[in-house]
Amino acid sequence: MSDLSNRKPETGAFFQRDRAWHAPALTPAYKTSVLRSPQKALLSLDGTISEITGPVFGHSLLGELDNDLIHNFAKPGESAIGERIIIHGRVLDERGRPVPGALLEFWQANAGGRYRHKKESYLAPLDPNFGGCGRTITDEDGAYRFRTVKPGPYPWPNGVNDWRPAHIHFSIFGHGFAQRLITQMYFEGDPMIWKCPIATTIPDKSAIEQLIAPLDWANTIPMDARAYKFDIVLRGRRSTLFENRMEGN
Amino acid sequence: MVQDLGYLKESPSQTAGPYVHIGCTPNFAGITGVYDTDLGSSMVNDKTLGERITIKGRVIDGAGVPLKDALVEIWQADAAGLYNSPSELRGTADPNFTGWGRCPTGADDGIFTFETIKPGRAPFKDGRKMAPHITFWIVARGINIGLHTRMYFADEAKANSEDPLLARIEHRHRVATLVAPRDGLVYTFDIHLQGEKETVFLDI
Repeated sequence: MSDLSNRKPETGAFFQRDRAWHAPALTPAYKTSVLRSPQKALLSLDGTISEITGPVFGHSLLGELDNDLIHNFAKPGESAIGERIIIHGRVLDERGRPVPGALLEFWQANAGGRYRHKKESYLAPLDPNFGGCGRTITDEDGAYRFRTVKPGPYPWPNGVNDWRPAHIHFSIFGHGFAQRLITQMYFEGDPMIWKCPIATTIPDKSAIEQLIAPLDWANTIPMDARAYKFDIVLRGRRSTLFENRMEGN
Repeated sequence: MVQDLGYLKESPSQTAGPYVHIGCTPNFAGITGVYDTDLGSSMVNDKTLGERITIKGRVIDGAGVPLKDALVEIWQADAAGLYNSPSELRGTADPNFTGWGRCPTGADDGIFTFETIKPGRAPFKDGRKMAPHITFWIVARGINIGLHTRMYFADEAKANSEDPLLARIEHRHRVATLVAPRDGLVYTFDIHLQGEKETVFLDI
């Protein structure tokens, strides 16, 4: 692990999380949340050194194909089947500043909506050249990109006839453990988003829209792959000007 | 009118879902050949300073059933109380200790295990020392936003009695939900998502 930026490390506590913007823990239309949601209030804690710090990962972690899901599981000379796309964007904090050195991990179903996982039994077939995992680390501008195939929608046992919209899962490490975030990216124009009991756990329509990546025609590669742009915002930090003064004892 | 503050909104969280292992621990999920090892599977090496300990536990739902599809991450200080992070300005942490670990709960028994070291004490914001603790973050199918909590050590009774966070738990019987009992070198930390034994979760 190493710091990839020459920017001075920041040590301020993070902005308080707006928990009315995020989904509440209990969202009964998403049935599994019923028994997996705390019922008691969270204990508030202004970030201490234990939360404002966090692991930072070096680019040396990455293999050459880690951000190429079309090829990182494929046999030599072969590639995954499906709509070839590029996902790119920036990781910013709430102050609009880039977050360099952020580790992004992503996972998804194949073009037919089938996940490569032993607990998954959807009848759509596995693609022998598609694993479904990838990762990358943002550059100095907070930018990232990866190549994949567009995932298909798939049915899931929630309601009798519930289907997930096409989506890619993202796990993001910023610079502090309090910034830790897992979310999902959806695709512009997908009518399934608004029927989905998971997407709509988020109460605010504009918050759901923050997870919908637009088609980015400017970055489409002719005769190769279309592009979608997906920016991610992590929590911002307070100024540290007066914070390191030890008071009390 | 006044100037726009200009802040962005945080990207809203979504559940990690049942197949979080594909992205975060692909070798565990049976997807081999993409990454050499699963990230966070090892925190220590032969040279790591401090007392070696094992942490075992389960994540248990409101019906008393352990989750077999959860992912647990921990973040902690080294034996001297320093964090292996660029934001740690008090000194240089042990280079042989990552401070961060990740473990899925077992597909059969629901048990997670971390081989780590006992952390030293780090300061609270006002300079008082916190008791040794480990920060936990739990995601799973059915959990819409990752749950933060802390594990403290049952054999640190004096330090725990002085800890600023534990002191703020109004319902005193709930303090015990954050304190892991010790048996030899193993601490057991069961996390209850809901119900009478519900673990204290934090809004950090």
